[in-house]
Amino acid sequence: MIRGPIPQAPAQPPKAQVEITIDGTAARIPEGSTILDACKSLGVETPTLCFLQSLTPVNACRVCVVELEGSRVLVPACARRVEPGMVIHTDSERVRHSRKMVLEFLASSVDLSTAPDAQRFCERYGADPARYAESDGSAATVEQPVKIDNQLYVRDYSKCILCYKCVEACGVDAQNTFAIAVAGRGFEAHISTEYDVPLPDSACVYCGNCIGVCPTGALMFSSEHELRARGQWNEAEQTATETICSYCGVGCTLTLHVQDNSIVKVTSPIENDVTSGHLCVKGRFGFSYVQNRPDDV
Amino acid sequence: MFGAGGGTSSYEEAEHTDLIVLWGSNARETHPIYFHHVLRGIHNGAKLYVVDPRRTSSAQWADGWLSLDVGSDVALANALGREILHAGLEDRDFIARATSGFEEYRATVEPYTLEHAEKTSGVPAALIRELAHAFARAERAQLCWTLGITEHHNAVDNVRALINLALLCGHVGRYGSGVCPLRGQNNVQGGGDMGAIPNKFPGGQDVEDPASIAKFERAWNATLPRKAGWNLTDIFHAVERGELDTLYIIGENPAQSEADQEHAMELLRSLKHLIVQDIFLTKTGELAEVVFPASATWCESDGTVTSSERRVQRCRKALDPPGDARDDIAIMVALARRLGHDWPEYTAQEAWDECRSLSPWHAGMSYERLDELGGIQWPCYDEEHPGEKFLHARLWEDPVPGERAAFACVEHEPPVEALDDAYPIRLTTGRRLDSFNTGVQSGGYTSPLRRGETLDISPEDAQRYGVREGERVRVSSRRGSIVIPARIDPGLRPGLVFTTFHFNDDIATNLLTIDVTDPKSGTAEFKACAVRIETAAV
Amino acid sequence: MDLHYTADVATDDERAAVDGLLGPARNGVSGAAARRQRHLLLPVLHALADRIGWISAGALNYVSRRLDVAPAEAYGVATFYALFSTTPRPPRVLHVCDDIACIDAGAQALCSALASTFGPAGESGPDAAATWLRTPCLGLCDRAPAALLATAGAQHAMVQLAPVDAEDLARAMTGTSNGAGAVPRIGGSELRLLRRVGKVDPESIDAYRAHDGYSALREAFELGPGRIIAEITASKLLGRGGAAFPTGRKMDAVARAPERPHYLICNADESEPGTFKDRILMEYDPYAIVEAMTIAAYAVGCERGFIYIRGEYPLAAHRIGHAVAQARRHGFLGNDIMSRGFRFDIEVRRGAGAYICGEETALFNSIEGKRGEPRSKPPFPVQAGLFGKPTQINNVETLANIPLILLEGGAAYARIGTPDSTGTRLFCLSGAIAHPGLYEVPHGTTLGALIEMAGGVRGQERLQAILLGGAAGAFVPPGALTMPLTFEDARAAGATLGSGVVMLFSERVDLPAILRRIAQFFRDESCGQCVPCRVGTVRQEEALHRLASDGTSAGRKGDVLLLDEIGRAMRDASICGLGQTAANVIDSARKNLDLFTSEAQQ
Repeated sequence: MIRGPIPQAPAQPPKAQVEITIDGTAARIPEGSTILDACKSLGVETPTLCFLQSLTPVNACRVCVVELEGSRVLVPACARRVEPGMVIHTDSERVRHSRKMVLEFLASSVDLSTAPDAQRFCERYGADPARYAESDGSAATVEQPVKIDNQLYVRDYSKCILCYKCVEACGVDAQNTFAIAVAGRGFEAHISTEYDVPLPDSACVYCGNCIGVCPTGALMFSSEHELRARGQWNEAEQTATETICSYCGVGCTLTLHVQDNSIVKVTSPIENDVTSGHLCVKGRFGFSYVQNRPDDV
Repeated sequence: MFGAGGGTSSYEEAEHTDLIVLWGSNARETHPIYFHHVLRGIHNGAKLYVVDPRRTSSAQWADGWLSLDVGSDVALANALGREILHAGLEDRDFIARATSGFEEYRATVEPYTLEHAEKTSGVPAALIRELAHAFARAERAQLCWTLGITEHHNAVDNVRALINLALLCGHVGRYGSGVCPLRGQNNVQGGGDMGAIPNKFPGGQDVEDPASIAKFERAWNATLPRKAGWNLTDIFHAVERGELDTLYIIGENPAQSEADQEHAMELLRSLKHLIVQDIFLTKTGELAEVVFPASATWCESDGTVTSSERRVQRCRKALDPPGDARDDIAIMVALARRLGHDWPEYTAQEAWDECRSLSPWHAGMSYERLDELGGIQWPCYDEEHPGEKFLHARLWEDPVPGERAAFACVEHEPPVEALDDAYPIRLTTGRRLDSFNTGVQSGGYTSPLRRGETLDISPEDAQRYGVREGERVRVSSRRGSIVIPARIDPGLRPGLVFTTFHFNDDIATNLLTIDVTDPKSGTAEFKACAVRIETAAV
Repeated sequence: MDLHYTADVATDDERAAVDGLLGPARNGVSGAAARRQRHLLLPVLHALADRIGWISAGALNYVSRRLDVAPAEAYGVATFYALFSTTPRPPRVLHVCDDIACIDAGAQALCSALASTFGPAGESGPDAAATWLRTPCLGLCDRAPAALLATAGAQHAMVQLAPVDAEDLARAMTGTSNGAGAVPRIGGSELRLLRRVGKVDPESIDAYRAHDGYSALREAFELGPGRIIAEITASKLLGRGGAAFPTGRKMDAVARAPERPHYLICNADESEPGTFKDRILMEYDPYAIVEAMTIAAYAVGCERGFIYIRGEYPLAAHRIGHAVAQARRHGFLGNDIMSRGFRFDIEVRRGAGAYICGEETALFNSIEGKRGEPRSKPPFPVQAGLFGKPTQINNVETLANIPLILLEGGAAYARIGTPDSTGTRLFCLSGAIAHPGLYEVPHGTTLGALIEMAGGVRGQERLQAILLGGAAGAFVPPGALTMPLTFEDARAAGATLGSGVVMLFSERVDLPAILRRIAQFFRDESCGQCVPCRVGTVRQEEALHRLASDGTSAGRKGDVLLLDEIGRAMRDASICGLGQTAANVIDSARKNLDLFTSEAQQ
């Protein structure tokens, strides 16, 4: 093969810089960035739950809201793009109050026991979910039985904060299968297949990309669910090893989560150019053949 | 192509192109994550055309579905070329500057009129014309194929016919334009690149080239053969002729994956020595005299694999292998030592570094860089080189350095086994989303999608042969016969049935398939054999 | 798309309902062509609801195939709207309003009577011919108490019943009712917008033309788009839907937007409890709305307009639909309007029971066949609205002002009312008022004078509070009667004119109960998209219920403070106006009426 020039993708035109101020610090941010991007570049930690870099922002959880001078209401950092002259406060009393309330609303209505990020934010903002049920214990929750209708993954919507990520990953942002959508309205809004049919009757192709994006453990590998139920889930003992899927020739990077020499779940790095964190059923669940061992049977 | 056996484009280019052609590829099910890139392309406004006998799930996303008769690919491709030429849509500058053999190509395709192609392929002339114009007018176009092109007795001709189209329109060597064979297995690309094919050393270097031979003899301190070896088909033929009596098979299950299974089993049984090295005791292993239990390379040992976009990526050990299973390298080294060779112990990295010292394509790919960059696309000539997103950018330089890209003159040849009154139906085989090849791996997990293997049949044929949904039917070819439940699939055209070989223990599909192979690539014609269907007395 | 469907199959009737709207199913309609019809999802679901009464899994599969939309997504849309049911429902459904104006008119007693005769709301065996449901405000507050009877079948019908008594409701349940619409009561000091209401046959285009009809459109063609917008800007017309945005500025932005096409939408999803002004305009002067839309479309460069009418307004939808058809027939809509080479047409869309769809971006989603969830702004509708294109969207009453402005000139219009609140304003008077109805007065008229025009407080009752602007508005005390009705004075008083609601509550009303009903309204109508609103409206209602029960004083104090905290978070962090205003009334009751003050101080 003749060695030629190194081929390049067409260069993008350079982005104009937008001057904004965040918490008193002036910054120049590339045009088209979001306030969240700007916060990141300045090292300002911003809580997010419904945001994921590989998905379209739905700005539904509102835990990332910031105060923008001149705006009547707070604005979502994850979706709002920077404009010249913006003056932003990320830790004002208004911001802290709204973030705390949003977290209290979630923690008082949803089981966040497998949502470490949300727990961390609750602590940081001093959320006190217990106060909603103090007088008579009447605070409504989304508690409901776990849905177990296939052998690969379970859906525990008691843990669902309705961040829409699974719908987006099942939809145009990745898988384009559209097996699930948000149904109902208001507090009764929930993630559902059509007429709530079990997954094997639905369009689901078990890519598990919904599990990959779920921030609360509402969607979970059956292997993890069962180990947790038996009290044997031990994250501290687990290793995470990146390797390449053994099936087709696309070469998806898999992160194998291993406990006691057994794969307990499979993810893919979100920043991976090939997968963007998404896999197919074989990559996600097709690992069993290396551990259906005689001594296990 | 053009001296480099790999796809010319990166996956990401499917997102930044104007037209995508999937030819003989159901990427939605067989390369799902590549199809994610295609979907992003579609959402960005790219048009998708799918050329496939079946209305697959990929075809359901297409702007145009060209449902061709199995094995008429060259006729269709040549007609597309002729239409582009007659409409004056070819890229004359590119052809003049960067290609050779154009006039011969023009003469070859001239008889392939739209009418001829419609008659031969069954695709309406208007649709052929539509694709020809769309492909030629697109600013950027990706032409992708899979086993629908290569599992034919004239596989190489099929590939050349498609490459001709890319050359005709200058759809190669530019970002967003290229030709992409999507590899069926995770390291088919890497196996070839590493020299696990009869005619190449690692890095695409010719085994008959004296300079290469000298380089590898020096490195390996051994005398190497002067001639290319046998491909899998040649090997079986040699067994049949009695010229070969010993086989050492690593990670392959020919007892189930070969066409005309009965015949393949017979030949394997006739061997004097059969050594099988695999992670499972496969059907082939059961026939072996010696079995070496190996670790699973992707999770029980270290190494590299190469993907369909020429990306070399690291596999890492996450699990301890079971029982006595050992790493492939360790087994081979131990075997060599037993045979009296003084081979050193190798780690995977040491083996890789030796390969880098001999293969210019891989020279710059240290483990450190592979880790840091998340894999590198060959060629990568030195440790400063970033690897190449796409190949053949040189074809756009003026003058073109090195050899020009050659048009190939290929003619339509129908499948070897014609349909007749005794076997009036075309059987074509393929894969399903949740399963893989002979099911050795994918059989290990419980897919809720799996409803048992079926023979997929068009509603018209179901009516014609009186087949009900789920009914068990007998399917027979000249070589064998199986019983299989029928599934009525409106995505199939009359005269065509489909199944897979994922569940060989229950449904031995390869009892039916024909053992004719492409003389150049050695792949068998899995995509086309003649069968008949009976419902009675099953 | 490679969509997947369950095995459920549509019945012949269901198929007929769908095909009746979409045309016969043809083979070979490719996915992309089908998907371009996605915006017909809501109309198709309406067709099923009208014909069958509910939407079955088989019917939804058929709809999904016809429109190439995923069944799960279509299900998400169908379950968003209160007028649709995805479980079997009898063909006859009586929607009984139990919202705040009707509570004052005895709605609770009516519901109790229904429950004792026909069982609890929503409960009826699948064989029963009828069921009844409680519903939020039906926009019939001038004739409270009110109900709406929907009858599905080949001869489907939807009839507004108001005022109703227990016997009327019982007759409706047994299928012997024939609802008769009453002519609305209108009044005021200067009838401009209402000048034709009750006087001109709303179904006759000739009658409309005989009363100034289409003279403004003729004038518009003389002026040309630029000067139309200049006149409207000069009139200082502010939007009448609640947000009070300058109409001229909006039109200018759309007219200048380089991206094409532009769309025009008349927002007729009037659902703010206590509001019925747009309904009366549409029912009794429909051509004026059609003409105004045509002028606006001409000014901002639209060829396609939509009027999105609340699903509970059957008569308005009928009258507007009739007017559009007549206008088309007479060359006032279509390819060459009034032979001036201008092309424009209007599609009538029915809402399906979702207050949130009055929010402009939720309304876009609803027309596009999606769940009526609001979008994040920016981008604003003038940049990216319906189908992602620049969109002019105005409330019915706002549009109704446009012909007047063109006929008399923007400057003359601006002299009516006050300098910052120009023109007249429609006010919906209901509750403890002697003569409930729709009143038109110039801005600046005092609240007291308006109430006097409507005969003052009902009977011998003593005024306790006045709700201005609806559920998203605010309470003012009786002392506010001197307040001039202008945007600026309302703002100064910690209130809003909102959608023109003026609802009077006498001292016999249990105000905390009214607050609970309003809180329930927001809980029911929250789309559920953002956390502050989805959960906040629930927590707000729970706190109000706890305050109504016997709790410890510490607990009560905590709940009052909690209400404040919840309210602040909803106001600050919700995506759209629904959540942002869901605590307004409660907040105003605390601040303006001193409600819960003693609890807070304990």
